[in-house]
Amino acid sequence: MLELKDISYEVKSGGSRQLILDHISLRIKPGSFTVITGQNGSGKSTLAEIIMGIKTPTSGQIFWQGEDITKLPVTDRAKKGIAFSFQEPVKFKGITVYDLLNTASGELISKKEAGDYLKTVGLSPEDYLLREVNSKLSGGELKRIEIASVLKRNADLTIFDEPEAGIDLWSFDNLTKIFKMAKKNAHTTIVISHQERILKIADEIIVLSHGKIASCGTPEKLLPQIVKGEL
Amino acid sequence: MNLSEAEKQIFCEVSGDFQIPEGAYNFRVNGKSVGRHSTKNIDVEPKTKKSGLDIYVKNDTKGEQVHIPVAISATGLKEAVYNDFHIGDNAEVTIIAGCGIYNCGGQDSVHNGIHRFYVGKNSKIKYIEKHYGFGPGSGGKILNPTTEVYLEKGASAELFLEQIKGVDSTVRKTIAEVGDSAKLLVTERLMTHSRQTAESSYEVALNGKDSTADIASRSIAQDYSKQLFKATIAGNNKCRGHSACDAIIMDEASVHAIPALDAKTKDAELIHEAAIGKIAGDQITKLMTLGATKKEAESKIINGFLR
Repeated sequence: MLELKDISYEVKSGGSRQLILDHISLRIKPGSFTVITGQNGSGKSTLAEIIMGIKTPTSGQIFWQGEDITKLPVTDRAKKGIAFSFQEPVKFKGITVYDLLNTASGELISKKEAGDYLKTVGLSPEDYLLREVNSKLSGGELKRIEIASVLKRNADLTIFDEPEAGIDLWSFDNLTKIFKMAKKNAHTTIVISHQERILKIADEIIVLSHGKIASCGTPEKLLPQIVKGEL
Repeated sequence: MNLSEAEKQIFCEVSGDFQIPEGAYNFRVNGKSVGRHSTKNIDVEPKTKKSGLDIYVKNDTKGEQVHIPVAISATGLKEAVYNDFHIGDNAEVTIIAGCGIYNCGGQDSVHNGIHRFYVGKNSKIKYIEKHYGFGPGSGGKILNPTTEVYLEKGASAELFLEQIKGVDSTVRKTIAEVGDSAKLLVTERLMTHSRQTAESSYEVALNGKDSTADIASRSIAQDYSKQLFKATIAGNNKCRGHSACDAIIMDEASVHAIPALDAKTKDAELIHEAAIGKIAGDQITKLMTLGATKKEAESKIINGFLR
């Protein structure tokens, strides 16, 4: 169970303070598939980063499996079974796809095993395993590698920040399969997304607006209003 | 060979092993050759008027290696070594060089290595040079390599130049003259820490028609170390030249890059890229989300960058 209690996040902006998240409280059930949606600037990505520990909330608490993890750094949260897929995959100089998968694994894994994760995201191990994760790769290739690294974590909770951004149709179709597989394995998934096809397969949708929860419920309840632009 | 533990460690670091390699070789320890071997196709001869070697590779020699590692374990030793490589036509050889200094005393130990490569028509050489220093003494570990490469028509040279760690001061000079359809490829990896200084300069003259050069330097400057990178590519004919200086700067270190392109004809295509910056925060964060600590993440980024 993931529980957020009264989470707020403020930033300084030109001498004044801007409230990005305004007293958010929510519970995410184990094994559930939750989509957080909302307009640009509503605070979705900030919320995802706060759960992973990339950003620290100004106030409030985060509980994961009953433990207060509010002050834990990113590494400790990762070791407690939380994984994070970046909206814009990070590029390196010198770090190969194989290095990334080894890091995700926490130990040296065989090239065959690493290659199997690449195949899951539709990349040929022969062509990609020893390539650098750098700007010579296309956005789609980087996204697939990003997803492969997150899958290797086999985490209890995985957060995907706008996974549909910059990906091709093949990857998109496979993303939905990955989400369904996570659900089947009783892993908890949180996805930040605007995509109707992702919203449709959610157990629960949370709509953020101006840093607050505007609404939450099933796709059957909320999707028609979201599609009409009423939420 | 009768080597001390420090000398064995040096040869392991710079040459991969301290055992006698296959092929031609010369092992130099504290200013003297401790093992030398020529093959049917490669002659390794000591110079008579100054310290160093003349290495002759016959025409059409293929797939052979030459090992010429140097170890200095005597504090205060200062030497200049001149090694000339005379590569015949249509040959393909790999040359493994490098120098390590172990200094346990208070005086500076200095190795100035001057390597000149005369590469014949359509020959290919791969040159691997690693520099390394260690030891508890306060004396400096100073390595100043000069590499000169002269490429005839259709020849190519791939240079892998690496300063691993522990060298207090280095002035590295690489000079090349590239002939018709000849190709120069340089990969440099440099790391400085503490209060070390490193200067690396390139002067490449693309003299031949359709000659090419690609210089890729990556460096990391840590602590209070200082680095200076200078690269000049002169396009004197229809040619393509590219140099890239990519540096990660950490702590209180400084890095100064001076690129220069000198096109003498409109058919010269010359490019320089330079980037100096700290380790990107998002790179560290990404690796932390995969379970690495901040320190482990930095180490992985540095090791990957210098690979």
